[in-house]
Formats: sequence, C-alpha cells, structure tokens
Amino acid sequence: MLLEVAQLTKSYRGAERTVAVLRGVDLALDAGQTLALTGESGSGKSTLLHLVGGLDLADSGSIRLAGQDVTALDDRGRATLRRTTVGLVFQQFNLIPSLGVAANIAFQARLAGRVDPAHIDRLTRALGLEAHLHKYPEQLSGGQQQRVAIARTLAARPRLVLADEPTGNLDEATADDVLDQMLALVAETGASLIMATHSTRLAARMDRILHLSRGRLQ
Amino acid sequence: MTAAALSALLSHWLRNPVQAFTLVAGLALATALWSGVQAVNLEARASYDAAAATLGEGQFDQLVAASGETLPQASFIALRRAGWLVSPVLEGRLRAGEARIRIVGIDPLTAPMVLSAQARGATGDLAPFLSGTIGLATPDTVARLGDTVQLRLIADAGIAPGTLLTDIGAAQRLLGQTERISRLILAPEQPIDRLPLKDVAADLLLKPMQQATDMGRLTDSFHLNLTAFGLLSFTVGIFIVHGAIGLAFEQRRSMVRTLRALGLPLRRLVLLMAVEVLVFALVAGGLGVMLGYGVAAALLPDVAATLEGLYGAQVNGSLQLRPVWWLSGLGMALVGAGLAAGGALWRIARMSLLASAQPRAWAMQARQARPVKATIATMLLTAAAGLVVWGKGLILAFVLLACLLLGAALALPLILDTVLAGAVRRARGVLAGWFWADTRQQLPGLSLALMALLLAMAANVGVSTMVSSFRLTFVAFLDQRLASELYVTARNAQDSAALQDFLVPRAKAVLPLLSIETQISGLPTALYGARIGPTYTQNWRFLASDTDVWSRVAQGEAVILNEQLARRSGLWLGARVQIAPGVDLPVAGVVGDYGNPIGQAIIAESLFRRLHPEVITLRFGLRSDDPDALRSALIEDYGLPASQIINQSDIKALSLRVFERTFTVTGALNVLTLAVAGFAILMSLLTLAALRVPQLAPAWALGLTRRDLGRLEILRAVLLALLTALLALPLGLALAWVLLAIVNVQAFGWRLPMYLFPIDYIRLFLLALMAAGLAALWPAWRLARIPPAALLKVFANER
Repeated sequence: MLLEVAQLTKSYRGAERTVAVLRGVDLALDAGQTLALTGESGSGKSTLLHLVGGLDLADSGSIRLAGQDVTALDDRGRATLRRTTVGLVFQQFNLIPSLGVAANIAFQARLAGRVDPAHIDRLTRALGLEAHLHKYPEQLSGGQQQRVAIARTLAARPRLVLADEPTGNLDEATADDVLDQMLALVAETGASLIMATHSTRLAARMDRILHLSRGRLQ
Repeated sequence: MTAAALSALLSHWLRNPVQAFTLVAGLALATALWSGVQAVNLEARASYDAAAATLGEGQFDQLVAASGETLPQASFIALRRAGWLVSPVLEGRLRAGEARIRIVGIDPLTAPMVLSAQARGATGDLAPFLSGTIGLATPDTVARLGDTVQLRLIADAGIAPGTLLTDIGAAQRLLGQTERISRLILAPEQPIDRLPLKDVAADLLLKPMQQATDMGRLTDSFHLNLTAFGLLSFTVGIFIVHGAIGLAFEQRRSMVRTLRALGLPLRRLVLLMAVEVLVFALVAGGLGVMLGYGVAAALLPDVAATLEGLYGAQVNGSLQLRPVWWLSGLGMALVGAGLAAGGALWRIARMSLLASAQPRAWAMQARQARPVKATIATMLLTAAAGLVVWGKGLILAFVLLACLLLGAALALPLILDTVLAGAVRRARGVLAGWFWADTRQQLPGLSLALMALLLAMAANVGVSTMVSSFRLTFVAFLDQRLASELYVTARNAQDSAALQDFLVPRAKAVLPLLSIETQISGLPTALYGARIGPTYTQNWRFLASDTDVWSRVAQGEAVILNEQLARRSGLWLGARVQIAPGVDLPVAGVVGDYGNPIGQAIIAESLFRRLHPEVITLRFGLRSDDPDALRSALIEDYGLPASQIINQSDIKALSLRVFERTFTVTGALNVLTLAVAGFAILMSLLTLAALRVPQLAPAWALGLTRRDLGRLEILRAVLLALLTALLALPLGLALAWVLLAIVNVQAFGWRLPMYLFPIDYIRLFLLALMAAGLAALWPAWRLARIPPAALLKVFANER
C-alpha cells in the first residue's frame, strides 16, 4: 500500500464561522494505481490533495505515504517529502516564469538530486516539447505549459503524483491529449496518481473514482 | 538543491534586467551620495587633525603676549631659566605665487613629543631639521611653494595642508621676525618650584587649551549640514531600493510558492534570498563607493575653498583613499539593503504556502495597510508638533526632523489618494473618469518614488531657504558690523599711540578694537571694549534691547551680549552678568552674531580700560568719507605697510565670494538629490510597465490609440509630480523653519530669521516637473510602440 489515509479532518476558519472541509476521510491507494477524485466546488478535493502532499496540516487523522507518517512531519520533513516522494501538478501550471522550458522541466529533478538527462529527454519527446525547450513559459500556450508542468513533475520520479484539476484551463481536445500523455508516462514510471477533476469523462479513465461530498468520500 | 533554487531566484533578475539595474543603481547612488559627502567630511577632519598635530592647537596650554603681538625670544629664555617647560612657536604667512602658505617654526628639542615627532621624520634623526635647511610640507604644498623659499623641501603627507614646518630659526629668517616668537607651548607637566609667571614675564597671558582654536568645533555647522544632506540623499536612495526590492519580491511570490511546493525548505529559501540581497549590496556598495569618490573629488575643491574662506581652515584640496571611508560606504550599502529587504524577507518567511499568488498583491496590500500608515503618519506628525513645543537639545531637534519628514512621506500616498478620489468623483466624460481612476490605481506602485521626490524637493526648499536666509542675514550683519571703511593694525605697542595721533585729525572716527578672552557664566567669551558713537548707535540692530541701551552701556552701567552667550547662559534683558571679579552689570541688549562659535560681551571702552589696563590697542576701525585717500596717507605719509590695512569692501566681497562657493556645493547636492528622485520615478515607471499592460489593454481595445496611452502616461507622471511638489513646499518650509529656529539654536546658539524665495521655489517646481516628465518619456515611448499582439494577449483565454 502506497497511501493510507484514516479519519482525516480539516476545517478552515471563515469570516463568520468555522467551515469543516473534510469530515473523517478514509482512503487507500496501491502503488501504480490511478484514482480520480470528483465532487462539486468546495467539496474538499484540493484540500485532501494539499494534506496528502504535505502542503497543509490536518486537524486530526493520519496519512501514511510510502511508510512515512505525513501528519507527524515538521515543516522541513514535509518539504523533503514534496521534493522526493510527491509530484504536484497544478491547474495554474505554476511554472517558474523566469526560467526557460528546459530549465523548468529539469527543475524538480535538480531539487531532488535525481537529474537523469535520458529520462528528461524521453519525457520531453513524449510530451512533444522538443521544439520549445529554449522558450519561456509566457511564450507557450496553456496546453504546452501544462505539458511542461507534467514533465517537471515526472522528471523527479515521484512515487505519487497529485494533480489538481490539471486540465481545468484547457479545451476538451487538449485536455484529452494532455491526460493521455500523463497517464502513459505515470504508468511508464510506475508512479501512482490522484487527480482531482470536475469531469466525469476524464475521471472514467482512471482505475478508481471516489466522489467527495460535504467533506466525506462516497 | 541549493544550486537549483539559486538559479531560479537569479533567473528573475536576468529576465528583469531593468529591475536589477534599478536595485543596483538605487543602492549605488544612495551609497555614492552618502560616502561622497562623508569623504569630504573625513578629508576636512583629517586636515584639522594634521593642523592640530602640526601646530599643537587645542592640545596644550599656551603663553601669549597680552598685547596680542609677537613676544621677544628673551621671554622664552627667561621662562626656561625660571623652570618653566615651554617651547617656542613662530607662525606667519608667506605668499607663494597665488597661494598663501602658513610658515610654522618650532624648536623640536623643547617641543612636546607629539609636535617634535614630525620634525624627526621617518629616520628619527633631528639633525637635518635642526640645521635649519629643510622644510616639511604636504606634496601639494611643496609643489605650490616651488623655489619660493631657500629650504630643501621634503614632502610629508602628515603635515597640515598649506603649511610649511621648519626649525624656528629658519622660520624667523623666512618671516623677517628675528628673535621673535608667536607663542609658547606649555608642557603638560610643569615643575612645582618654578617661579610665578608674573615675576618672570608679566606681559604674558596663559591661554588654556580649551580656548585655543579648534577648527573641528568651528566648522561643525558646515559639516553637520553636509552630513544631513548626505543622510537625506541616502534615505531617498533607500526609498528607491525599497521600491525595487519590494516589487521584485512581490513579483516572485508565485515563484516562492512554487519553490516551496516543489520541496524547497522555507529556511533555505529565505537564506538564499538574503544572500542574494547581500551580493547586490556588496556589488552596488562597491560601485557606490567608487561613484562617491567621483562626487567627493568634484565637491572637495569648492568645500575646501568655502572652509578656508569662512573659517580660515586649510583643507587638502585633493582626495585620499581611506580604508575607513570604503568600509563605511560598504557598511551603509549593507545597512540600506538590509533595511529595504528586511520587511520583504519577513513577509516571505510568514507567507502561507497556499497563499494565492496575486500579481498585484503589493497594490492590494498597500491598500490594506492604509489605516496603519495613516495612524503612524499621524503619530509621527503629532510627535513632531509635540517636540516643537517641548523638545530640548540637539538630539531631540534631529528626532523632530526625522518625525516630520517620515510622517510627511507616509502621509503623502494617503493625501494623493484622497485628492485623486475627489478628481474621480468630479470627472466629466468617460476618458477623464478612466484617467483619474487609473492614476489612483497606480499610486501604490509609484508611492515610494513620489515619497523620494517629496523628500528631495522638501530638502531642496528647506536647505535653500536656510542657506539663502543665512546669506541675507549675514550680508545685513556684515553691513552692521563692518561699518568702518578701513581697518588698520599697528605694528606694535609703541606704534599704536603714534598711529592714533596720526589718525585722529584725518578720520571721521577712530574706533579702537579692544578685546580680551575671558569666561562669563563659565563660558568662553570675548569681552570687547567699544568706543560708543554713531557707528554703533546708528548701525547695530538688536534682537532684544532696552530703550536707552547705548547710553547705559556708554556710561558703564550695562552690557550687551551676543545671542549665543545670552541663550547658552540663559541671560536675557535685565539679568546681571559678572564681567570681572566684583563687577556685574545688567544686560541691556542682545545682538545677533552669526557664524561665531563663542560668546561675546560688549562694554564701554572706558570700563574695559579700567578692568584690563594691560591690553594695548593694536587694531582700529576707521570711519572716513574718503577711505582711498586715508589709505594712501597711511601708506605714504605714515609708512604703515599696506598689509596692515584692510578695506571693508574687500572683506565683504571676500565673504560674498565664500558664500557663492557654499552655494555651489549646496546647489550641486540639490541637483544630485533631485536627480536621484527623478531616477526613482523612471525606475518605478519602468518596473510597472509590464504590469500596466493588462490595465491598459481594455482602454486600447475601447478606442484609445497607443500614442494616446503614451501621452497620458507622461501627463500622469507630471501631474503626480505637481501634486507632490505642492505638498513638498510647505514641508520644505517647515524643514527650513526647524533648521533655522530649532536646530541652529540648539547646535550653535543663534537663531536665524527666515526669508522666503518664491522665484527659487518656482524654478525648483519646474525642475521637478521636468524630471518627472523626462522620467516618464521612455516608458511612454515604449508604451506607444508596444506590439498590438502584446495587448491582445491580455484577452486570450489561454493566458
């Protein structure tokens, strides 16, 4: 078992009241498995990904990822987890605007100390980015930027990829195209994938689908 | 990991070279202005120290002739025989071409070690010096002397500038003062069994060391002004740096979030960003120090001329590279960068990892911080007002200045925002409405540059008002004090009586200039005996006086004090002053005495002569309807050397020339500070340019041409500069008032009247508007030529 989440809760203090976003979530994921998280806006999909990825702290419950108790890690430990075990793909791409495409792709692998030029080269070709390596993110279309973000994540060989609405900013055809490539590459690297999405069509292409509603998995 | 993170951080500067240039240039300019001014101050102070070391001024008690003349060498011999450890010094001036060189002769065998060390030179051998065939001087002075003197000249950088140090025998020969001495220096330790001074040399006076000339103290006011200007320029520069660093950090918020999301620990990130600032500070500091050298080298000749003219202080006209100056320049660059970056680093360290990365977060933050800034500004301005009423002492006067300037700078964006909000409400037409609203939206990004402009302009108004007020007051003061057409000095005591006999039938009035140094209320004071007549009664203006002041003083019933003595001792009209043991008189008048560091008390000539019969009059002021004829008679009929006669108009002309040099220095600093503020506006506009595109694209899409947008950018910059200038005027006048009425009084004891100079202010307004217009020109030109594709990109869904 790569990931085990048990009785996870998280709430945020709003302007008028405290909002419980996750109310006791249990989840398990095997290595190499892909999982779609669906649910309406505000259902807690992104929050669950943030907690699993060590970007935020849970109120209670436990998360075990690759044998590590994520909820017990301090700030430095969570940073190490993000650098070495988890790969994040965001809806807004979050590329480094001042670095070129090639430098962006290699960036997380450099942070993790796992630079493998052959692997990066394979990813670049698989995602059709060879012609854009000397460009800057602002010179790319949204689909191309998301491909760079996927390449950056996979170049570091994470054991778990967390993708938060990775195709939310793309048109349908481009979204299909990007997801095809991401699934193929995730399978090739042996990583697991959890993808938050609104699209039932895209969710159907995962091994499993879980629906989050009012902070609970259904 | 570190290398990857560093490459990401540095890539921002490579992609935004204008921002990097702003940061380096702002910090370099700030450091340059500060270190340039400090270099000038250090050079001057080093010259004073060299002078003190060469001449023994301020370090030892001295014996001088009561008459103010030179004394015979026989007095020295008599005192040595009576057990006194004294050493003779002869001083005089010698003309070498255009320059006047100060000749100082010492006897190294009897001189205190600190003085004789220079005579010993590097070898420690006194023989060459004692032979009377060599003279020591700075390389500059050696060059100026050429072969004017029959001595072998040896260059020594440790000698005071413009001074030739030689054996006393050689000095007597050069100055034609055989067997004469200017003064005797007393060794700190004297034998207990020495004979009393009055038994050995009754005509000599003991001059304690604290009464000796201290050039550092005399010139403090000048250096204080320079330092204040340097600090203000530095502050303006730091505003630029703060703006550049703040904007760069805000623009990198999304990058910071990504770096952390990808696993870079926060502590490592903050450390790397701090190192980045440190590198910038060192590079910019190094550049700034080099630029500062240029500023100092350009200013030093004028400063040296001003100091010599105003105070007679000799300052080396060429600049030396001093390690302390380099280090202080770099230190200031580091402190400035630290101050500017501290807040930004703190915000990064506290920023939530999941905080949304808004491209204009700094603008929103500025809006959110408005109440805090308003509160701080109000507190600072209230504190300034409180200090005006209750503050005492020089430190609090400077705290008052800091509160006033900082409070006003913080209040500026709030005032401008209120004015622009009013303009939005009153705007007629859609274009005007958009223009005012857009201008208002630009305020957070431009506010630091506008604050810099406000401070620069206020400093200009304040310092110009102060210096010009000083000039007007000083010219009027010279007319009052230098009423006599000619000033003559008798050759010696015997000559004094004969000279008076010669002058009485030829001059309208002969006014002896009698004075002695004494202590009043524990303060060093020059006591003057005045022959009261129309010259005094018609010309002198009092700051405060009784109605019959002159008649009471003439009858020996009252005394007049100068302002600094009256303020420092707390003695005002009616207070009784002890002017000699057992003699106390009421104060009947207080007069302004600008530029004089010590107290002055004026009593009637008759009373003075009764109290100090030993003082012989050597100097006289002469009233005459035909001063040229009187001067000719003195030279041709009486045989007085021309060098003993000074024409009043020459002194005034010299004083005004000195002021012109002072104005050159102040003017240069004014222009530099304003240039820095103009640069701040340029850099702010350039760094904002990229952020402006999404805001301007809709206006372009709705029908404005790119050229229209460019024109409006210039109009906006000029308009904001105009509004800032309008606020800078009252602030500058407040600054001038504080400098004249509070800082001056606390620092030097005298208060200057304040005059207004509207023409100067209008000129400054135009300069500021021009600087803002010029600063906006390039960004506007770039905007006018922006490719339509860049504007269209704003509307693309895939952005």
